[in-house]
Amino acid sequence: MAQSDMDATNMVSLPALLRRNAANFGSSAAFREKEFGIWQTWSWSKALNEAESLALGLIELGIQPGDFVAILGRNRPDLYISMVAIQMAGATPVPQYQDSVAEEMEYVLAHCGAKFVVAGDQEQVDKVLEIQSNLPDFEQMIYLDGRGLRKYDHSKLHSFASVMENGKNSGQNSKSTLKDRENALTYDSTCVMLYTSGTTGRPKGVVLSNANIIETAKTTCEFDDLKKTDEIVAYLPMAWIGDFIFSVGQAMWSGFCVNCPESADTLSTDLREIGPTYYFAPPRVFEMQLTDVMIRMEDSGRFKKWLFDYFMEHARHVGGNILDGKSVGFGSRIKYFLGDLAVYGPLKNTLGLSKVRVGYTAGEAIGPEIFEFYRSLGINLKQLYGQTEASVYITQQPDGEVRGDTVGVPTPGVEVRIGDNGEVYYKSPGTFVEYYKNPESTAETKDPEGWVATGDAGFFEEDTGHLRIIDRAKDVSKMSDGSMFAPKYVENKLKFYPNILESVVFGAGKERCVAFINIDLSAVGNWAERNNIAYSSYQELAGHPKVLETIQSHVEEVNASIAKDKMLAGCQVHRFLVLHKELDADDGELTRTRKVRRKIIAEKFEDLINALYDGSSSIYTETEVTYEDGRKGKISATLQIKDATTNSVADLAAQ
Amino acid sequence: MNNTDDYVTADGRTIGAVVMEMKNITLRFGGVTAIKDITFDIREGEIRAIIGPNGAGKSSMLNVVSGFYVPQEGEVFFRGEKRPPVKPFEVARQGIARTFQNIALFEGMSVLDNVMTGRLTQMKAGIFSQAIWRGKAEQEEVENREICERVIDFLEIQSIRKTPVSRLPYGLKKRVELARALASEPKLLLLDEPMAGMNVEEKEDMSRFILDVNDEFGTTIALIEHDMGVVMDLSDRVVVMDYGKKIGDGTPDEVRNNQAVIDAYLGVSHD
Repeated sequence: MAQSDMDATNMVSLPALLRRNAANFGSSAAFREKEFGIWQTWSWSKALNEAESLALGLIELGIQPGDFVAILGRNRPDLYISMVAIQMAGATPVPQYQDSVAEEMEYVLAHCGAKFVVAGDQEQVDKVLEIQSNLPDFEQMIYLDGRGLRKYDHSKLHSFASVMENGKNSGQNSKSTLKDRENALTYDSTCVMLYTSGTTGRPKGVVLSNANIIETAKTTCEFDDLKKTDEIVAYLPMAWIGDFIFSVGQAMWSGFCVNCPESADTLSTDLREIGPTYYFAPPRVFEMQLTDVMIRMEDSGRFKKWLFDYFMEHARHVGGNILDGKSVGFGSRIKYFLGDLAVYGPLKNTLGLSKVRVGYTAGEAIGPEIFEFYRSLGINLKQLYGQTEASVYITQQPDGEVRGDTVGVPTPGVEVRIGDNGEVYYKSPGTFVEYYKNPESTAETKDPEGWVATGDAGFFEEDTGHLRIIDRAKDVSKMSDGSMFAPKYVENKLKFYPNILESVVFGAGKERCVAFINIDLSAVGNWAERNNIAYSSYQELAGHPKVLETIQSHVEEVNASIAKDKMLAGCQVHRFLVLHKELDADDGELTRTRKVRRKIIAEKFEDLINALYDGSSSIYTETEVTYEDGRKGKISATLQIKDATTNSVADLAAQ
Repeated sequence: MNNTDDYVTADGRTIGAVVMEMKNITLRFGGVTAIKDITFDIREGEIRAIIGPNGAGKSSMLNVVSGFYVPQEGEVFFRGEKRPPVKPFEVARQGIARTFQNIALFEGMSVLDNVMTGRLTQMKAGIFSQAIWRGKAEQEEVENREICERVIDFLEIQSIRKTPVSRLPYGLKKRVELARALASEPKLLLLDEPMAGMNVEEKEDMSRFILDVNDEFGTTIALIEHDMGVVMDLSDRVVVMDYGKKIGDGTPDEVRNNQAVIDAYLGVSHD
């Protein structure tokens, strides 16, 4: 786009990008949201108008440069627009995870000293009101959806519409203040502050500058040729850097449209209606979709099932190659074409992925079967590797060089090196400024030359130059006999079974490995239904002897596959148990991005780990759980402990 | 106590003027007297609960309010005027809507279509113009659809908008019924056991919605409910019935401490 190149040099902040877009293609769609059953559109000009009014409204409310404004709520155009408006007014937006409980929120809001809060609805407003006595800096709150708030004390509460209205009617004074503050924004001003999910300890506030976000958006839009005609669906938490880069950074840079679903429950329908061309989902979402498809195929008629199996088998062989443009026989192409008519096309349509031109997954390792499944359908799904501190991108896979076990080559502009201990380091234009109010951690993570430690262990493949990640560097350790212990590696293999939702493997410094397993309620529940197995709760199903048998067979298959790898053969799971509750972020066992918090789990379920090692065949345990509304309760259960067969490397060699 | 003035309850809340007044109602089915000489009123903007043990005559009372039963004795005043015996659809036009104890939805139709039936009394286009779908009929449908969509959004049932009702679980069906009643934009909403058969979570959701309806649209609500916890938390005033008679009337606290009510619920010794 010639126009954007022309004035690219002045594009030093999000408000500047918004103004450029409104000037260059003001009538194109910037945001859409489904509301009242209809997709409502915000054009770039409307988005700019709203942002200006809101920024003026915030100034009227007394916002000062350098203030922090927390954003709480699900993905909505008004919230995205308010992030730009906040920047216009000289302040910094701090998006939050909308499902975090009040006490988690309290830490973050108190840490950044947020003076203003923009909340989506009553639920979020209630959370802030609950903790406001511990937030000395908190001054005003703005809400979008006023339902249920009519009788609240409005001395600190304002509706979004009223703030905008005030902004529109504000005097010349505020307008010139706004102009001054906007002009004062530079490439080095803070663009956004995002809190890391904190696999270890308290969340840290990552300060990202305009340069970080805009430079990253620029190079990555070029990398995948993202244009203003692209469409994305924004459904991942706004507090996550990925959503900020995709739905704000890249969307503002290339001018594509961000679509917000009607509610979390309608996501699949909304995806189908929009048909995004650029799509991101963590492996979990792909896993759940695949599980869902498989369950529905199990329930379908014999002919449909046969048709599905037949063509999917064919797709497994040639689908990926066709996508990569490799040579495939004429007959196979014809057959793939037929399969596309009968199975792949309709399936992609059902998943809402028909139009996906560029798809990414990241955050965790994705199962090779799952990855191949989507690619074989003709969906250009790729992997990238990144973190909040890098404004996401460290490495990514170029078209045609996509593989399940690597995370690609360094993104343009990013330098990557491997440390002596195998840890991955990078240096890039997207490298964060600092951890807010935490110079020690900043110094620990980022050295004076700008190299950042990722905390992940990995290596470059010599022949392809692709990076492979093994595990978190600090999780990789030694077992008592000195062999390597990489829990994530084993857990991922276990999680690739649809029946297993989550697993945690222990074994550092021990002779043998043991595992906790969480079953996937939808997959196992469906299986139980088909086999006439009655159950009343998650706990009961998890303890069912037949379920344990199935899980045992999965564990043993994983053991067999691990045994083939000499370096990691020691990580085979000797004993395991199926947990009586789902690991949950509300109980602190997972992070909000659903990563396992190993240490906390080990402390909380110490009795279970001991039982796994002391040879007992069952154990009684009581666990405290937190309900969604913050109340606590206790569940107790007697868990069966199972032994799994393991294979010695020597046996396999003999075979 | 003046009928047109605001009224302050014993626990200090202010509620509006009388909307509906039942005076000395007696209802008989042949030899059975379901309701004996009951008098009570419903005030603007309040949540009014009717409680009582099984067979106390609560549902009959609600049916008298909705105009479905015509009492043999007594008078019903609606907005200060005596109401003659009317057909249920006329009651609906006056701005009274209800839900049923046993769900009465059209099972084969989608949620949206069911909710749209709540707008039926407001549709004026003739059968012919509806059939050819031109002009007024189309415009009317669009307007009514918008109102229904607001209700769907309000009750958070967007994800089942197109789902046939027969495929929904019980708790959601109850919510769809509430949606249909709300779609007619009632001034007075009658809920016959809105929480019967629900689990704790569903009850919490439903309570939230009832409060929100009352708060957001200012709808006056009369409800029958068995769950005492819910009734005491939700309602502004409570009428207690037993064997067709009124044995208590007042704020939840007043009713809770009323000896007749305690006896009716816990039983009383006969020695």
